[in-house]
Amino acid sequence: MLTFLATIGAAFLAFLAATGRLVMFAGLSLATAFSPPIYPRAILREMVNIGYFSLPVVGLTAIFTGMVLALQSYTGFSRFAAEGAVATVVVLSVTRELGPVITGLMVAGRVGAAMAAEIGTMRVTDQIDALTTLSTDPLRYLVLPRLLAGLITLPMLVLVADIIGVFGGYLVGVYRLGFNPEAYLNRTQQYLETNDVVSGLVKAAVFGFVIALMGCYHGYYSRGGAQGVGQATTHAVVSASVLILVLNYLITAAFFGR
Amino acid sequence: MTDMALPKISVRGLRKSFGRNRVLDNLDIDCATGESLVIIGGSGTGKSVLVKCILGLLQPEAGSIRIDGVETTGLRRAARESLMQKFGMLFQGSALFDSLRVWENVAFGLIQGRGMERKEAEKIALAKLAAVGLGPEVGELRPAELSGGMQKRVALARAIAAEPEIIFFDEPTTGLDPIMGDVINDLIVKSVREVGATAVSITHDMASARKIADRIAMLHGGRIVWIGSATEIDCSGNPYVDQFINGRADGPIQMQIRAA
Repeated sequence: MLTFLATIGAAFLAFLAATGRLVMFAGLSLATAFSPPIYPRAILREMVNIGYFSLPVVGLTAIFTGMVLALQSYTGFSRFAAEGAVATVVVLSVTRELGPVITGLMVAGRVGAAMAAEIGTMRVTDQIDALTTLSTDPLRYLVLPRLLAGLITLPMLVLVADIIGVFGGYLVGVYRLGFNPEAYLNRTQQYLETNDVVSGLVKAAVFGFVIALMGCYHGYYSRGGAQGVGQATTHAVVSASVLILVLNYLITAAFFGR
Repeated sequence: MTDMALPKISVRGLRKSFGRNRVLDNLDIDCATGESLVIIGGSGTGKSVLVKCILGLLQPEAGSIRIDGVETTGLRRAARESLMQKFGMLFQGSALFDSLRVWENVAFGLIQGRGMERKEAEKIALAKLAAVGLGPEVGELRPAELSGGMQKRVALARAIAAEPEIIFFDEPTTGLDPIMGDVINDLIVKSVREVGATAVSITHDMASARKIADRIAMLHGGRIVWIGSATEIDCSGNPYVDQFINGRADGPIQMQIRAA
């Protein structure tokens, strides 16, 4: 019994220590933003990497999500003669939930893994130590640009995903289910409020930060050559994905909970 | 031209462990201004750990590290960044930045660390590449396009680009053929003389040690067990040094070999 309790205690202490390390890492990295030098070229490069190069996969995911949503809603709602709500369901689901969550998960898989692999490789090949010996703070040069780029770029990406997702729903609604185009667009706008879009963008900013943070953190502390880098990549994607789902609930509760 | 009155680097009572493994155990060593000190020792004896502690890349548990008489252990981040401007480092695996071109690697410390204009830094980088025998066309390549020997030369050019006061060389000839190893040794001697720097090298390549050292120190069991001029090493009278330089399996140094 005592061994069992000790195991739980040790696991809990390890969790607290890991959380503390992560918070310290994030804090120290963000603190570098308040003193020069800042590396705008690095921030821009990361924004292009996160935003522009993720557009195809995010766009593809968003359009099919919107299309499936329209089709499923129609199938379900037709049982209650509520087909008219399809456009509203699509736009609210996409802007509030599916846009940010699916974009977040896609970017976590694509960008979070790449960040962990790149920084992890730099760690195990002494490139991070080399940065330090060249009077360059690795947190300022490697981590801060990625955190800022994630924070800024993901809302833009989610805005694009929202538009494409709603367009996907429109395509199915009008060309497959036979809705009147004007009526569909009217229903799309009718119940959409600013708060729906804003909540999605806030989620996107938080998710962008979390994806970059987990990618950088796991890469930065990777050990043990190729195997260590591989583990860092896996941990970065899994932890970012889990955090996205947990934070999604918490932000939804903050915006829409009673 | 050494001045031991105020050593450039002074290490006293340095201790560093990894888990239960104490790698450095009350280690003392000095290096004079302008001196080329080579630290030899078997694999895993803590040579790299010692250099990383001096550079501030690792935090020692106890002891003092003074550079120009100023204590450097426990320096804050900004003070450490400023101190780093005195240092240059050639890493064992070269540690070139894959994402940058060769000249950008060499100029990195000048541009990012010292805020120099890219054009001016590029000129200096190309001059340093020329000093290690590489033409300007190499400057446009990526590190992955270079051979191991060329990567070492680029790393050397990067280490000396900002004309540091102290240059560290971590296993500079490891993984190179003997001829390329000798080329690198010559370049190290030439570069250090031209820059007028203090050099600390770690190696287990005795040919390299004899060529670049003013003094040689032997690290074993976490301490310096012998230190003397490079010319004295063959008649040191120290059993550890004798075993090491002659590459004998028998002697006071016992390699830990475990049956699988």
